[in-house]
Order: sequence, then C-alpha cells, then structure tokens
Amino acid sequence: MTSLTGIFSNKGEAVQEKVYEPKPYSNPYLVGIGLGLVLLASFVIMGRGLGASGAFSSVVSVGIQQVAPEHAANNPYFKEYISDGTTSPLKDWLVFEVLGVFVGGLISGLLAHRVKKTVEKGDRISVRSRLIFAFIGGGLMGFGAKLARGCTSGQALTGGALLNLGSWAFMMMVFAGAYAMAYFMRRQWT
Amino acid sequence: MNAPFFKFDMFSVDFSLVIAFVIGIGFGFALERGGFGNARILAAQFYFTNMRVLKVMFSAIVTAMLGLFFFVAFGWLDLSLVYYTDTNLIPQVVGGFILGIGFVVGGYCPGTSCVSAATGRIDGVIYLFGVMAGIFVFGEIFPLISDFYYSSNMGRVFLPDYLGLSYGMVVFLVVLMAVGAFAAAEWGERKMAAKKSGGSK
Repeated sequence: MTSLTGIFSNKGEAVQEKVYEPKPYSNPYLVGIGLGLVLLASFVIMGRGLGASGAFSSVVSVGIQQVAPEHAANNPYFKEYISDGTTSPLKDWLVFEVLGVFVGGLISGLLAHRVKKTVEKGDRISVRSRLIFAFIGGGLMGFGAKLARGCTSGQALTGGALLNLGSWAFMMMVFAGAYAMAYFMRRQWT
Repeated sequence: MNAPFFKFDMFSVDFSLVIAFVIGIGFGFALERGGFGNARILAAQFYFTNMRVLKVMFSAIVTAMLGLFFFVAFGWLDLSLVYYTDTNLIPQVVGGFILGIGFVVGGYCPGTSCVSAATGRIDGVIYLFGVMAGIFVFGEIFPLISDFYYSSNMGRVFLPDYLGLSYGMVVFLVVLMAVGAFAAAEWGERKMAAKKSGGSK
C-alpha cells in the first residue's frame, strides 16, 4: 500500500514504485489535546460525547432483524436498536460518527503513508493465532462494553470528561483487567 | 451562547448526522495520529514500554473536562442537557474488567479497531467481527442477565456531588492526577528503555 500512495502522488505519468517511509506517530499530548477538542465540540454542538460500540449494536440488531425479524422483535435488547419502521435503524448518530472514524483514520493514515495490509503482532506468535486472539478479544470487548454501557470512547473518554462516577470506576477496571491479563498474553506482543 | 446547540433546536436531526460524520472524522484522524490503528502500540501500554494510551486518553479527558468546566462557569453550556449514562456500579465494574481483558487479548478497543481496519490491518477487521459476535451473544443471553444488568443503579452520579467537593476542586484534582500520571509514564518509559538496551547487550 505504500506504493499506492506513491501512485497517487505521481503526476499521472510513468507510475514509479516510489516507496514512502511511514511517518512517525505524532506527539501523544498534542494528539490528546486534539482528541479532547473533538470531544468538547461534540458536547457543545450535540450535547453528547463520542462512542463506538453502540454503532455496532445497531449493525448487529439490524443484521438479526434481516435474518430473523421475529426473533429480533422479541429480544428485549435488540428491539431497543430497531426502530418502528418509519426510518432505518442505521440512520443513527453513532452509526454516522463511526463511519466518520473509518474515513478520518484512513485520511490520516494515507497522509502519513501508514496504510498497509498487514497483521499487527509480536514476533513470537503466528498470524493465525494472532487472528484467533483478535476475534476472542473483540468478543470479550463487545460483551463487556454492553454490560458496562459503553466502551473506551463512550464511557472512559466521554464519561471521564463529564466526571461520571460509573465511568471512572469503569476506566480503572479496564486498566486493572488489561494489566491482570497482560502476563498471559506476553507471547502475542513482546 | 446557548449550548448544547442541538438541544436548543439550532439544527435538524438530519443535519446532526452530518455533524456526526464530521466529528467522527476528527475522532478517527486523532486516533490514527496517536498510533492507535496499531495493536502493538496499544498493547505496549500494558507492558510499560509505550504509555501512549494513558497519555492520549488523559490529555483528552483533561482538555474536554476543562473546556466543559469553563463553558459552564461562563454560563454558556447547560451541563444538565448533556447526555450522561446512569451509574450501575457493579455491572460497569465487571464490564470494565472483561473489556480490559479483551483489550490486551485482542489488541484494540472498538473505536481503535475501526481505524486499524481502515488502514489495512487484518487483525483489526477480524477484531470487529469479534466485537459484533460479543454483542450478539450479549443480546441473546440478555433475558438471563437483565437483573444483573440493571442492578446497583445509582442514577446520574456527578463525581463532585458523590465526593462532596466542588466542581472546580474535582477538576483540579483530576488535572493534578493526570500530571502525576504523565510524569510517572515518562519515568517508566525511560526505565523500560534502559532495561531493554541493557538486557540486549
């Protein structure tokens, strides 16, 4: 994919395999301030913070509705995400926000030549095992986020800035859970 | 200034979706700049080798928190109109712990996995399918766990009220805690780097 960005920046002629080095990541404090200003803008403009997992609840609920409409309508959790049929359940604030996250991430990645088809892992684990862990970890995350009423963005960032008690308790437990499990996952990352 | 603007009907629901998309772009852009499209950077937080997660997260929280505090102090923003989840302490504590385990097992959280997938990481794509599978399982067993899900409801709990301190004092304490955490993170990173270079020789 580095060559892809090379093609884009070429002036249309003689497509050279110009390889761009990925740029280093930005200063974390500046990134944090930038992210904080995005979050603040969301509070001021919309009266709500950021989110991520909620959008996937909508997607999952709509998926179930497509496959088994009665089952979705009878489930007390999924039916919350399915509208009465007047509008699409995907016409939702968080769904559009998360679409933006994909686009914003891609723009930043392209500008910094960091878009690359790869698997992120440590040297001591196979690609296959890494992908199995990615799926299991995602599953735990999805389940935990539903139980906690939000994930790192909806609870830790948003609720953290709003000084919400439950969000702060949640945030401490996220770090506790991750540090408690880190030793057992060391082959994957170090 | 009357904020939140949306709550004062300054624009339509349809236009709010445009705003959602634009805010999402800013969110995704910041996450990618921070290195959060890369699971190795995120996981390094839990081995003390790269503390970017803590640095970005706490500087973001402090920035937004200070902004809110001053907007409220100037009378520009009505905090009671900002959406706020109720505190259900026990389910949130348990959920947070499970989510933390998922973080180090999978290498992402839902938002960062979107950026990861968008920048070509296959593990990020698989992770997202995992998230949807987890949500599916949660929904399917929800009738069995709904009592627990709704347990220990404390309503809307604002940390200053809970601690019996003023809003400004809690803001100050959080800033102080963040600065302390940043100093500890910088120190820890240097220590780990020294250990690594010393060990490999």
